[in-house]
Amino acid sequence: MTTAILKQPTEPVEPTAARKPNRSFVHGLITNKKALVGMIVMLVFIALALLAPVLFPGDPSRITAMASLEPSPEHWLGTTAKGQDVLALTVHASRSSLFVGLTVGFASTFIGILVGLASAYFGKFIDEALSLVTNVFLLLPGLPLLVILAAFLPPGLGTVILVLVVTGWAGSARVLRSQALSIRSKDFVAAAVVSGERAGRIMFREILPNMASIVMSTLLACVIYGIGAQAGLEFLGLGDVSTVSWGNNLFWAGNEGALLTGSWWVFVPSGVCIALVAFALALINYAVDEVTNPRLRKIKTPKITERSAAK
Amino acid sequence: MEETVRFILRRLGFYLIAFWASITLNFLLPRFMPGDPVSRMFARTQGKMQPEQIDALRKLLGVDDRPLWEQYIDYLHNIVTGNMGISISRFPAPVTEVIAAQIGWTLLLGGTALVIAAVVGNLLGILAAWRRGGAIDSALPPVLIFIGSFPYFWLAMGALYLFGVILGWSPLRHAFTDGLEPAFTWEFIGDVGAHLVLPALTIVLVSIGGWMLGMRNTMIATNSEDYITMAEAKGLRPGRIMFRYAARNAMLPSVTSFGMSLGFVVGGAMLTEVVFAYPGVGYQLLNAVQGLDYPLMQGLFLTITAAVLLANFLVDILYVRLDPRVRSN
Repeated sequence: MTTAILKQPTEPVEPTAARKPNRSFVHGLITNKKALVGMIVMLVFIALALLAPVLFPGDPSRITAMASLEPSPEHWLGTTAKGQDVLALTVHASRSSLFVGLTVGFASTFIGILVGLASAYFGKFIDEALSLVTNVFLLLPGLPLLVILAAFLPPGLGTVILVLVVTGWAGSARVLRSQALSIRSKDFVAAAVVSGERAGRIMFREILPNMASIVMSTLLACVIYGIGAQAGLEFLGLGDVSTVSWGNNLFWAGNEGALLTGSWWVFVPSGVCIALVAFALALINYAVDEVTNPRLRKIKTPKITERSAAK
Repeated sequence: MEETVRFILRRLGFYLIAFWASITLNFLLPRFMPGDPVSRMFARTQGKMQPEQIDALRKLLGVDDRPLWEQYIDYLHNIVTGNMGISISRFPAPVTEVIAAQIGWTLLLGGTALVIAAVVGNLLGILAAWRRGGAIDSALPPVLIFIGSFPYFWLAMGALYLFGVILGWSPLRHAFTDGLEPAFTWEFIGDVGAHLVLPALTIVLVSIGGWMLGMRNTMIATNSEDYITMAEAKGLRPGRIMFRYAARNAMLPSVTSFGMSLGFVVGGAMLTEVVFAYPGVGYQLLNAVQGLDYPLMQGLFLTITAAVLLANFLVDILYVRLDPRVRSN
């Protein structure tokens, strides 16, 4: 999807670039070790989330008599104090956690794009007003705001998503605005304005495609934020306690005193899963950074000299 | 000089607007949210509420019949004069009193952790950028990013389990041993310190990576500046170039993030405080939410917001002194 967006306008826009920037971006990502590891981990988790009902049919939170069993061949990760299979709980939880994380990530990035583009394109009063709102939201302490909102809204998955988007969009808006501003001042945008193109077209067809890489890293950061903040909120007992998610698993583990009774196997898997997903996304994010920012690239002196010698 | 004053006044205006926004949010939330807090409170206390409590709640939640704007002006007036109502769960203590008893612990915990993380993280970042591809640069960032990906509360609980429950090295909860009288004695200070170590270390562990990477990346950009080459050409000692020339200029973004991190400290320390049952404002905020103590909840949110805004304002003032370009802009 990203490649399709990237393709069209970059070529007419920067005719001086000898190599196609688009292909080198994708190529750079695929050959980047960090990105590869990150993408493989993410694919495994997405596959697990999709296959959860097939791998572990039935309701994973059903209470059984086999309480607090240690990991064994029957229950690979043991059971909780309520006799639920920890592995089934963990795999099923990936559905809600990934869903909320991705939804929050996409929604916050989308709002960020709208606000950032509008700020940069229209400037003046609109920019002032939008920047003010963005900065206020950036400054309000996130977690307490989350808690207050969650306390007043009726509990549910929708509330969790809404609250996370409300507290999460401002960061992406600020980053995207400053990037859009620098593109707004380029000649080709001025040309588009002079040739009488509509505002929407200039914003989304001229400016937006040129910030594809920063949109992508913003999106990744927002998904990481979404997954982590959801877990934190649920751990505090402010999520929808009835859904099976990594944060809720940890909430119940804390509630049932899993650590105090020594049932570490109830507590470990969900945390490790959150960490693996966040780490994988962070790896992809750093790779995007490395590929698009030449200064952060690894220095490979011999290769560069070879190439320039060949030229 | 005049430019400096103008800059500071502009920032002050911004923070006032931000504070006003959070007050207004606080005012509107209980009045426009679905689900009626008053009935929730009644259901919970099963009619055992005292008339004064009901009265306080009514006032706060705007269940009176006056027009909205009149309530709003009243509310603003109360906040400005420091009247945040009466706590429901700790009736009849005023909200301000409950908060005053706890904010010190949050500042102690968050401040200690923030200063340690910022100093050590920035130093590591400087060293990593100075020796690019060296041991620090290649080994530490992946490890720190990996640690930073764990949910904070999960690491904290794991640390508490390992060092508190299994090894018994650290106290399990609270900021000082029960029964110990708070006083300026070595015994008490030592006890507070012992309770502080583990919570503070967990915060440092997860936040140090961000500091280090941020500093590293700015340092790499700074290192390619002409004045660094010039300094090297002059034959200055590497240590001097590293700290007085490169790091000094790469420091500026870190100063800004320091201001932003203060928000994380006061607000984000909430999870730490919950895990370690540390008696700060975050722990209290969760208690207030669980006890449906709406006045205390709102008072805590406003206090935390005010603290964050104030800290950022102080950082702005510091920034004007550090970076002359802000003044001329």
